[in-house]
Amino acid sequence: MKPPVFDYIAASSIDMAVAALAEAGGEAKVLAGGQSLIPMLNFRLLRPSILVDINRIPGLGFVEETANSVRIGALTRHFQLETSAVIARHFPILSRAMTHVAHLAIRNRGTIGGSLSHADPAAELPMMVLLFDARLHIVSSGGSRTVAARDFFLDPMTVDLDGAELLSEIVVPKLPPKTGWGFEEVARRHGDFALAAAATTLTVSGGVIAQARIALTGVGPTALRAAEAEQLLLGQALNDGLSKRVIIAMHDAIAPQSDLHASSDYRRHLAGVLVGRALAAAWRRATEAAA
Amino acid sequence: MKETRDITVNVNGTDHKASVEPRLLLADFLRHTLGLTGTHVGCEHGVCGACTVLVDGDSARSCLMLAVQADGHRVETVESLGRIGQMNALQESFHEHHALQCGFCTPGMLMTATDLLCKYPLATDDDIRHGLSGNLCRCTGYEHVVKAIRAVVAKAGRTR
Repeated sequence: MKPPVFDYIAASSIDMAVAALAEAGGEAKVLAGGQSLIPMLNFRLLRPSILVDINRIPGLGFVEETANSVRIGALTRHFQLETSAVIARHFPILSRAMTHVAHLAIRNRGTIGGSLSHADPAAELPMMVLLFDARLHIVSSGGSRTVAARDFFLDPMTVDLDGAELLSEIVVPKLPPKTGWGFEEVARRHGDFALAAAATTLTVSGGVIAQARIALTGVGPTALRAAEAEQLLLGQALNDGLSKRVIIAMHDAIAPQSDLHASSDYRRHLAGVLVGRALAAAWRRATEAAA
Repeated sequence: MKETRDITVNVNGTDHKASVEPRLLLADFLRHTLGLTGTHVGCEHGVCGACTVLVDGDSARSCLMLAVQADGHRVETVESLGRIGQMNALQESFHEHHALQCGFCTPGMLMTATDLLCKYPLATDDDIRHGLSGNLCRCTGYEHVVKAIRAVVAKAGRTR
């Protein structure tokens, strides 16, 4: 349970980090919070030639409000997000979600960039950036590019990021006014990865739903949006019958894994219950805001 | 490849210089290089919480950090809290409430609780339990650990 031998560089700038990644030709790993990477090293599931430590790069951890969005630096720690006043004001659902991310000692170290790049299929943050339709900024020695969250997650622990690239920033568009939210998660132990979790936002205009978003984690190879289920909500007022139809549409769209923690059927059922509760909470908050 | 790195880490108020392999875990640096065996090592993959220390005041798993990452930083271990005959209020409360049996998890419990007490109001026992959810204990059933922390919160005059 000790890491294998590797070389190590503490990058002092993004340029230095991406140069080291390029030089390693895909054999490097980026060390951010290390809360998933170091266990994998301890288990020797990974044997990178070099670790590129980005913790000493100044200005890579921040939460900054702009006119239409909130920018989050890749090295922002989970605890910073959990307690950020800007996040609490614009994305209270994210503040809530962060309390479900692991334990305090992990939240003190773990980073948003690390969690998204690692892309555990039951983690909260991939679901949240999908919910928000966030954009991810990625840099390499060859330049930079932006990818939409919904194009980023490809498979369990597999994302649209090659070995020479570094996720540097997440841009989260602000939610429309009169948007309510609901977040529900079930895990075996508080702070564990979700057996299933659901995050929803509903924007209400003139007594009906103008925009609906439903994101899920723990119920497939990646976090996902239930796009067809979202469509059913548009132009409607939420009631029990509609909620049931949405849950049935969502059931059809997911194929959860069975593992030693829960069967596929259990996860599918659980996801439906959680979506129902999250929609009810989102509707209540949206209509209270609209009133 | 350069085999070792020279680091200076402030541990419990004292600067320690050492030359370490990049792969050396902070937990092993504390225990083997510095001989501070109060920090216990259980699972070595971030599940049990026994190796929890404070890094720049924030709790962290020392099995999920490399010693090189602590270069230039401040680390506090359970040895910083008190000593026999001069235990701090949290340690006294663990003693008072029988919050340990074998004691293996206790250093991690104490360092986690130290950080929880700084960061959260811990208004309910549920809040304390959630805060301790990353620290495994196989003896106490947690009941007495919660009581010990509750007593510290109460003594500090916070709301129940």
